[in-house]
Parts: sequence; structure tokens; C-alpha cells
Amino acid sequence: MLQSLLELFDKYHLVAAFAVIGLTMYAAYWISTHLTRGKLHGSAIAIILGLALAYVGGKLTGGNDGLADITLFTGLGLMGGGMLRDLAIIATAYGVRFEEIREAGMRGVTALFAGVVVSFLAGGLVAVGFGYTDPVDITTIGAGAVTYIVGPVTGATLGASSEVIALSIAAGLVKSILIMVVTPMAARFIGLDNPRSAMIFGGMIGTTSGVAAGLAATDARLVPYGAMTATFYTGLGILLAPTVLFIAVRAIF
Amino acid sequence: MVIYGVALLAGCMMLGLIIGDMLGHMLGIDANLGGVGIAMLLLIFSTGYLKTRGKLPEATVSGINFWNAMYIPIVVAMAASQNVVAAFSGGLVALLGGALAVVLGLALVPVIAGKAPRAAAPNIPAARTEHLSTRIANR
Repeated sequence: MLQSLLELFDKYHLVAAFAVIGLTMYAAYWISTHLTRGKLHGSAIAIILGLALAYVGGKLTGGNDGLADITLFTGLGLMGGGMLRDLAIIATAYGVRFEEIREAGMRGVTALFAGVVVSFLAGGLVAVGFGYTDPVDITTIGAGAVTYIVGPVTGATLGASSEVIALSIAAGLVKSILIMVVTPMAARFIGLDNPRSAMIFGGMIGTTSGVAAGLAATDARLVPYGAMTATFYTGLGILLAPTVLFIAVRAIF
Repeated sequence: MVIYGVALLAGCMMLGLIIGDMLGHMLGIDANLGGVGIAMLLLIFSTGYLKTRGKLPEATVSGINFWNAMYIPIVVAMAASQNVVAAFSGGLVALLGGALAVVLGLALVPVIAGKAPRAAAPNIPAARTEHLSTRIANR
């Protein structure tokens, strides 16, 4: 009986993965509303749970693909693999209009570029400080500090190792969670009390879940302004990190 | 039909990846250069073009929106299939990199914002806020 169940999971691994991730999301949003009173965004908790499960999977099997190395969960590898991931990321661009960028004004655009480059520099410099010398590794970790989406996409594009990709996701996650927690506290000091600074904040920080949750905790009226610029950030990061920024890193190392 | 939306999305992705691949070849890098970002731009342009011509019915949009909504779950699946055990050995890199990005990013907000118009927040026109909210909610 158990054997046939296992075989079923193995045979329909992608469908099984949808069910497993659905459960994980449910648990994450439950924790978000009941244990953190919505202070920590459900998506951030879900990603932490995912990373924790990957840790468990890696410990149990000694493999490189986290939970996907356990036969029951091989579908996670396909669901979270490059193909579907890129399709979903591209789909998030739907609804973005170029007029929105113009509304944010030149300062918003400046913030977008500065945000991607400064975050990339922060991640890259720390990577160099920790002794990474391979341009691919430095770029991937730098891109991870941009967002936890830009990191793995850049890493996959450049052929970085799974460890470095996991590091870049972790860096992006640290950033996203920190923003959720720190934004309400920092708001007064950085003048985050009007639509314009909210748009600049969204462009500087980018990570959409972090910005949306952080602004919601500061002043809910600012959320759409920050989220508007933040939506462009990942796209810009994905466009810049594996291209211009990688070439720049390669020129130095 | 829903498949039209999915097909449009897939078409943008393939075209973007092809362009990214060609860019890589041209620059002598064995990698796809920004294919995903280019695909995003293609999707923005093509859906914008179709929408202004009224050729983007709700069913087509839902084919795109489904994958839009699957973005976080797929990212969670991706996180669950990473080599976290190996990453733990260098976990401080992630912590410091992420934290430094936050500190620098926040510090630059007032620099780029310049002198913020005081007391602007209460003057957000209600209509505009609502307009933006619906736009975000639809995403």
C-alpha cells in the first residue's frame, strides 16, 4: 500500500509538487496571520519554509537539490526549475505600463538604476570580502542582493553552482525580510511619508514583497506608489545583472 | 481562449530567450544575456499594443495572470530544491550582503528624493490612490 502510494507520487511528481507547495503556502500564510499578525509577509515565510525543507532534504540525502532529492518530492525540481520559473517571472510583467515609469519621474528611474547597482555592489563586495574570486560567483551573489529572483536567474544564466545560487537566494531573502521589519522604524529618518519618496523607496529597494509589506506597516496609502516602482526593479535587475554588471565584474576579476 | 494568453506569454519568452542567446553569441559569452528581461519587455509591449486595440479579452488575460499568480509558489518550489546545506557553510555572506544592500538602499532614499515636499502624504488624491490600488490588485 505504502509502496504503491510512493510510486504514485513519483509518477505524478509535478502534480504532487503543486499539492506540496500549496500546503506549504497555506501553512506560511497561516503562520503570517496568526503568529506574526501579518507583520512578516506570507510569501517570505513560505520561502523560509522552502529553504528549511531544502535543508532537511539535503541533510537526509546528501544531494545537491534539497527536498527534490527525496523521491517523493522530485516534482519540486521541475516546478522550481528554470523553465516554469522564468515563465512565471515574465508573466509578472503583465500590467506594467511605460506610462507608470514616466509618472515616477526621473528620480524614480534614477532610484531604479541606483537601487540595482548599489545592491549589486553591496552583495558583490561582501562576496569578494569572503574570498570569492570567480566573476560568476561574485555576480550571482551580487545579483542575489538585488532580489532573490534576480540572483538565481543570473546564476542559472551564467552557470553558477547550486551552493552559490542558494547563497544568492538567501541574501535576497535577508534583504526582503529586513525591509519588512526595518521600514516602519526607518520611515521617519528617510522621509518616507509621501508618494514621491515611496516611489523612490520602491525603486531603491525593489524586492516587491518586502516593499509592499514594509510600506503597509508604515502607511498603507503609500503601498501602491512603492509597489509601482518595485515591479520594474526585478526586470531591470534581470536585464542588467547577467549582462552589463557581469561584464563589469569580469573586467575587474 | 486561455491558451492564447499562455501562448502569447510563451511566445514572448521564446523570442526573448532567442534574442538573449544571440546577444550572448555576439558578445562572446556562452550565456543567455537578459533573455528573461527582454521577454518581459516584449510582453509589456505586446499586451499594451493588443489592449489599446481591444484585442485582449479577459480569457486571454487570465492565461497570463495564472502564471503571474504562480510566481511566488514557483519561487518557493525553487527555494525547496536548492542546495541550502552547502550554502550554510558560507551563510554569513548572505546575511552581510543582504543587510548591506538594505542599509545602503535606505540611506540613498532621501538623497535621491531631495527635499521632500512636507505634509504631502495627506494630500494624496483619493481617486488616484484608488486607481493605483486597483491596478496593483489586478496584478
